[in-house]
Amino acid sequence: MIKNLKKQNIWFVFTPYLWLVLFFFVPLALIFKISISVSEWGMPPYRDLFSLSENGLEINSTLGNYLFIFSDPFYIRSYLNSLSLAFTSTVLCLLIGYPIAFYVAKSKTSIRNILLIMLIIPFWSSFLLRVYAWKVLLQGSGIINSILIHIGLISEPISMLHNHYAVILGVVYTYLPFMILPLYGYLVKFDLNLIDASNDLGAKPLNTFVKVILPLSLPGIVAGSMLVFIPVVGEYIIPEMLGGSDKLYFGKIIWDEFFVNRDWPIASALAMSGIVILVFPIIIFQLMYAKYNFRNE
Amino acid sequence: MSEPFLQIIDVSKRFDNVVALDKVNLKIAKSEIFSLLGSSGCGKSTLLRIIAGFEKPDEGRILLEGKDITKLPPYVRPLNIMFQNYALFPHLNVTNNIQFGLKEEKISKEEINHRVGEILNLLELNGLEKRKINEISGGQQQRVALARCLVKKPKLLLLDEPLAALDKQLRVQTQFELVNLQYKLGITFIIVTHDQEEAMSLSDRMAIMKNGEILQVGNPVEIYEKPKDKYIANFIGTANIFNVINEDNQIIIKELNYEVKNINNKENYVKCLIRPEKISVKKLENPSDNLNIGVVKEVAYLGSYTKYLIDVNGFEFYSFMQNSLVSDNLQIRWDDKVQISFNETSIYFFND
Repeated sequence: MIKNLKKQNIWFVFTPYLWLVLFFFVPLALIFKISISVSEWGMPPYRDLFSLSENGLEINSTLGNYLFIFSDPFYIRSYLNSLSLAFTSTVLCLLIGYPIAFYVAKSKTSIRNILLIMLIIPFWSSFLLRVYAWKVLLQGSGIINSILIHIGLISEPISMLHNHYAVILGVVYTYLPFMILPLYGYLVKFDLNLIDASNDLGAKPLNTFVKVILPLSLPGIVAGSMLVFIPVVGEYIIPEMLGGSDKLYFGKIIWDEFFVNRDWPIASALAMSGIVILVFPIIIFQLMYAKYNFRNE
Repeated sequence: MSEPFLQIIDVSKRFDNVVALDKVNLKIAKSEIFSLLGSSGCGKSTLLRIIAGFEKPDEGRILLEGKDITKLPPYVRPLNIMFQNYALFPHLNVTNNIQFGLKEEKISKEEINHRVGEILNLLELNGLEKRKINEISGGQQQRVALARCLVKKPKLLLLDEPLAALDKQLRVQTQFELVNLQYKLGITFIIVTHDQEEAMSLSDRMAIMKNGEILQVGNPVEIYEKPKDKYIANFIGTANIFNVINEDNQIIIKELNYEVKNINNKENYVKCLIRPEKISVKKLENPSDNLNIGVVKEVAYLGSYTKYLIDVNGFEFYSFMQNSLVSDNLQIRWDDKVQISFNETSIYFFND
């Protein structure tokens, strides 16, 4: 009986991993395979890695795709653009989200639930629609311009759409809940007596924040920042809908290589590089952070 | 009482129309241990938080050494508070917790180290300097919390249920340590507690609070022996309260049908209190129809003394007897008939 139960438990634990292997690692391996393939016309638009010919087994593998993208500043610049977009929006999400999370966490239970629902409600509508709504708001004949003209603040519509500010706005708007919710999760557990204790021991509000509240909410800040930063680096839809030609972002470049240029190997090499460049610093950071937390616990 | 060290004048506080404090007045002398005692919701914690500066009173003033501190924020008040859950900083080690407050003052590093070392010695925390808060025991946490306050050399130390989080044995030991420490340092202590034994054993004086008001202020003996009303009598220790009939110049304890003879003051008292340890019971060898005869309803042996629940004509009250005073052959058991006796001087009369 107990043996059976144990077997079931193993399956219970194993299923998510199976899911991860099937739908994450296998596709990733496929992309890696394509990234080291040689591109050619046809369907699929790359040569098989292994082929049998008169000369025996031929291996058609190349690192040329990687060499190519790293030698072209165009790709590097687009990646840096994406990193800077991710960084800017993470900082903005943190600056806007922290006070909100703090306020929600410290409000009365009845109000808190309403506030939490208000944070989650936008998720009930499609992400695409929400971004599109910003397009409607920001465009030349949009509501914001109409109001500004109506009250006489401006005489002609300002161009607010199709630049990287609109992209930042869209990203911050979309990803803000991903910052607020983990922060809230940590702040709601925060013992308010610690703030009183710090005040009582002579620390002014700013010092209390820096010395007590901030270090204790650091895990929430890290979790929220990760949840915003990582997906924004590869964000495609928001730059596509709200962005213009002033800045090209990495997600858009990959899309174009795949679907416009039909150069799957280059697109795959870009995707792989993007992941690797991002993953290693994050793993190192997480390990260091885990060590730091371990020391602190 | 000398010049009041801390004066609380007409302090009122409401939370959403609930009165937490209603025109509270209190004077606390320098270097005394003063307890605020009451059941939960009586306003004692609110008063403590107002003294600490975490809450602002709606009305009234707080004077410390004659200086009005009502509007001062907590971080400039020359007093410290020890929280019930200690509120130690979980991300800092013992030393960093203790020197947290000193670093907010303009003090040299040497001075900080010196004072931290001193307080570590005083509270026997040596060897724990580098430990995290969750790596030390509850009793040690309590001492770190105390050290964190005392290292600031406050004029006044507020303690919110200081012993509530400790287990019983440690609590008794810590009680004595707290009193010794206070005696050594001469700092004024204000202790909030709901535990009447704790208040009695710690305090020089105490205030009994109920519904945001102070009912009575006095030293433990006064409060115990001369409670102002029935509520206080019942709150502190066990109380036997009888009705008093006052007619034809006779004062009669109604339930016992006993006439009090040696009484000078024949005011119109309606109630009287006789503490259980002042009522003694004696087993009757030959039960007769004596007036002061009761039936034992319950017996609880507690080692040094025994609690008896006595019934006289349907009215029940307690008698606590030292076991050393009861001889073995006169052991009192359930349903025994007993003779009740008490000294008339131990009757305390009051108006309800």
